[in-house]
Amino acid sequence: MSAGDRFEPVIGLEVHAELLTASKIFCGCSASFGAPPNQHTCPVCLGMPGVLPVLNRRVVEFAIRAGLAIRCAIAPRSRWARKNYFYPDLAKGYQISQYELPICVGGHLDIVVDGVAKRVRLTRIHMEEDTGKNIHDAHGSESLVDFNRCGVPLLEIVSEPDLASPAEAGAYLRTLRTLVRYLEICDGNMEEGSFRCDANVSVRARGTTALGVKVEVKNMNSFRAVEKAIAYEIARHARVLEEGGTIVQETRLWDADREETRPMRSKESAHDYRYFPDPDLPPLVVSEALVAEVRRAMPELPDARRTRFVAALKLPEYDAEVLTSRRDLADYFEAVVAAHPNAKAVSNWVMGDVLRLLKERKLDDALTITDWPVAAAHLGELIALIDEGAISGKIAKTVFEEMGTSGGTPRAIVAARGLTQVSDEGPIVAAIDQVLAAHPDKVAEFRAGKDKLLGFFVGQVMKATAGKANPPLVNRLLTEKLRGE
Amino acid sequence: MTAAFDQPTITDAARRLRAGELSATELTRAALARAAARAADLHAFITVAEEAALRDAAASDARLRAGKPAGALEGIPIAIKDVIATAGIRTTAGSRILADFVPPYDATVTARLRAAGAVIVGKTNCDEFAMGSSNENSAFGPARNPWDVTRVPGGSSGGSAVAVAASLALGSLGTDTGGSIRLPASYCGVVGMKPTYGRVSRYGVIAYASSLDQVGPFARDVTDCALLLGVLAGHDARDSTSVERAVPDYGDALAGGAKGLRIAIPGEYFVEGMEPDVERAVQSAVETLGGLGAQIGSVSLPHTEYAVSAYYVVATAEASSNLARYDGVRYGSRVDGDGTLLEMYRRTRAAGFGDEVKRRIMLGTYALSAGYYDAYYLKAQRVRTLILNDFARVFQDADVIVTPTAPTTAFRLGEKVADPLQMYLSDIFTISVNLAGLPAISLPCGIDAAGLPIGLQIIGPPFGEELVLRAARAYEAATDWHTRRPPAPGGSR
Repeated sequence: MSAGDRFEPVIGLEVHAELLTASKIFCGCSASFGAPPNQHTCPVCLGMPGVLPVLNRRVVEFAIRAGLAIRCAIAPRSRWARKNYFYPDLAKGYQISQYELPICVGGHLDIVVDGVAKRVRLTRIHMEEDTGKNIHDAHGSESLVDFNRCGVPLLEIVSEPDLASPAEAGAYLRTLRTLVRYLEICDGNMEEGSFRCDANVSVRARGTTALGVKVEVKNMNSFRAVEKAIAYEIARHARVLEEGGTIVQETRLWDADREETRPMRSKESAHDYRYFPDPDLPPLVVSEALVAEVRRAMPELPDARRTRFVAALKLPEYDAEVLTSRRDLADYFEAVVAAHPNAKAVSNWVMGDVLRLLKERKLDDALTITDWPVAAAHLGELIALIDEGAISGKIAKTVFEEMGTSGGTPRAIVAARGLTQVSDEGPIVAAIDQVLAAHPDKVAEFRAGKDKLLGFFVGQVMKATAGKANPPLVNRLLTEKLRGE
Repeated sequence: MTAAFDQPTITDAARRLRAGELSATELTRAALARAAARAADLHAFITVAEEAALRDAAASDARLRAGKPAGALEGIPIAIKDVIATAGIRTTAGSRILADFVPPYDATVTARLRAAGAVIVGKTNCDEFAMGSSNENSAFGPARNPWDVTRVPGGSSGGSAVAVAASLALGSLGTDTGGSIRLPASYCGVVGMKPTYGRVSRYGVIAYASSLDQVGPFARDVTDCALLLGVLAGHDARDSTSVERAVPDYGDALAGGAKGLRIAIPGEYFVEGMEPDVERAVQSAVETLGGLGAQIGSVSLPHTEYAVSAYYVVATAEASSNLARYDGVRYGSRVDGDGTLLEMYRRTRAAGFGDEVKRRIMLGTYALSAGYYDAYYLKAQRVRTLILNDFARVFQDADVIVTPTAPTTAFRLGEKVADPLQMYLSDIFTISVNLAGLPAISLPCGIDAAGLPIGLQIIGPPFGEELVLRAARAYEAATDWHTRRPPAPGGSR
């Protein structure tokens, strides 16, 4: 029995999701990413003497939206707390967060790993402000601080230690990211740091219930990194315990280049944050009316949408799963169906050519379909042309490529390039006669019973008509001719 | 010229300005001249904003000539405690760490003064970050009491009290966290008021203890005090702890008289060790109020004895967090060390903060530390609730509570510096009011054998500023203590 079999991992995740509010949590500065350093600052987020925080109501609405989607209890009364520590990117010397009384408590998220469903319980969701960023000069000893991010609202989403493998942790994170994107509260970009994850990992002997000593792992900036770091830690714990050692409770940093974790200096992790209620902010009272208002404005969640795609649009489960994995993709799909209501055909195009094109153009993370290269209405029109018999599926692929480059409508492209399908029997019969005359040996073989050669003849006829012949018609006419009718 | 408005009240000066008998520029020049003349012996100001004041005064004169005064304080020279932000005017909080800090923003109270037409003459001396009872904790040296320059003016808003007492300004702003307006008002023989917590915005007021700090006015008399309060009070969207509640006309409250007022006298405020002259003066004031038709009754505020302890836990806990922002990174002074971050923090804060500030940061850090939080911070908060309940019970049957403002009159400079606990006891009668968030005023009610003013404290229920002002004005109208003036420059007793 290997160490991996004898030990069972216990994993809990803490996710920090930067919220997509227009302004910061406690001042009117823009919360957007990418401005030149310290452009989005004011006396409040710079922690100047005497200034005071004023809560951005949108942040509370976003937190409630997340809480409702995750089926948390929304606290009618929660409290702001100060987390005290010194660091240059923390302007006030404390972070305004929530501690004893968070806004959302409990709840759960359902995940699927290798076809098996699992329910992961949530501990809490609370609101807090982000810090600025320290920028270390590569040459000298100088460090600079950019406070643009200081005061950008965050949700901290904490799971129970219900995850039992790196794959489950990955599935939980992906499900959560899909959800926050559906809710339009976070863009879920791990590389840019708007969706960050710390993992608490421990192992215990299989069949026991007591929790082992846990280690907190930080500094993972992709889903793969989270999975790898957790796998690394599980293996390390198992090895240490196998060798009769003990696990030290500590914070470790993932090194993506070396693919290993290393302990943070204990000085950095041994904080006493001296939490206490923030006297500058009254307790947060959330009325039932506000919860109801947020509930009414909730978008359709992925689960409900998947079910609807199967039931109302008669899509296979697999298609529904892929299409609802991203809100923008599902929105796009529905917009195409609205233009041309052949759901299965649309699904094939979206899952195939559209996703391929997005990947080629590196638009996988684009948030809205308006940024996409092929307008939904145009794709609908293209599929309609196929269904009308105006062009073949093969020609349609060519037209799609051009739509992606030129942005033109399919009808215009088909007309301009003379790609309209030939459905008149005359020219097709002429082409068939020409092909049969050119291959008398193959005709003889066919007639001797080699039915498979039909495909060869079809291909030759399509080639002779530059792909424009209507394939079913070619099939019928060829069969008639070959059978000697 | 000076003689004509030697000791004017705001109310007098405003009338004469509007009548054209006096110009804002003359009034401001007189105040500035007096401030300059008394700079050495009183040290009331950390920064005198002469140029800006004269510019503002000229603008006031233009509006007055046009018959369009901006507001109730048009052309009136006002001094502001140096913990309150003034855009473009250095704001030090009495600390080395902010010795060169010029805020790019006005505190809301500063903006309200400006909008009412006030001329800001300068920033007054105070204990560093408002931590102190004598003004001796100022990094710029103490302000001195104009009644006797060998004595303290009280703290922490000492300079603001001195400025009004010595006519260096017609009114001033202070902040009161545990008595920092009322104690210096008492020691300097002027009127000082701490409003209900949430009545006046704290935006731009450098925080000492956020759940206790409140801005309030100093004035010559109760009428001026009501006028200033009316300008300062009101909800501010930039302070989430300020209260959305209409501001009454405090001037209207003054005429009510003492008749029918139910006045409670708490036994716990007449303690052993208090100065006999103070006790006599306060008893006499109570008799005066009784003679004016007020009903006097004895009450008990049984948790009073725990107030000072609870205060020094809550206030220092908040301060330890509030002062963390002075780290040398973004503004204020910085002392670099060996190139490490930790050493820069250590040296900056070691050099930037004075002893009392360090003492309170350490106390508060300790009170919030893991393992001590429940025993100190939470317990202190529970005491606070008990004190609040004491007051609530008394106010079921009383309109105001009358007590001495302090157990003694002004003590000598240096007398209590070596003994912080003795110093802390100066605030024994004022601290409970902050813990309970109540409004209270201190006004002159006598002169002791040493020739020093004695203060009477009148405490009201939450948002009971009108009751407090009404009682205070009734007493003032029946007595002449508020007309007494400190001796001429150079005098000491």
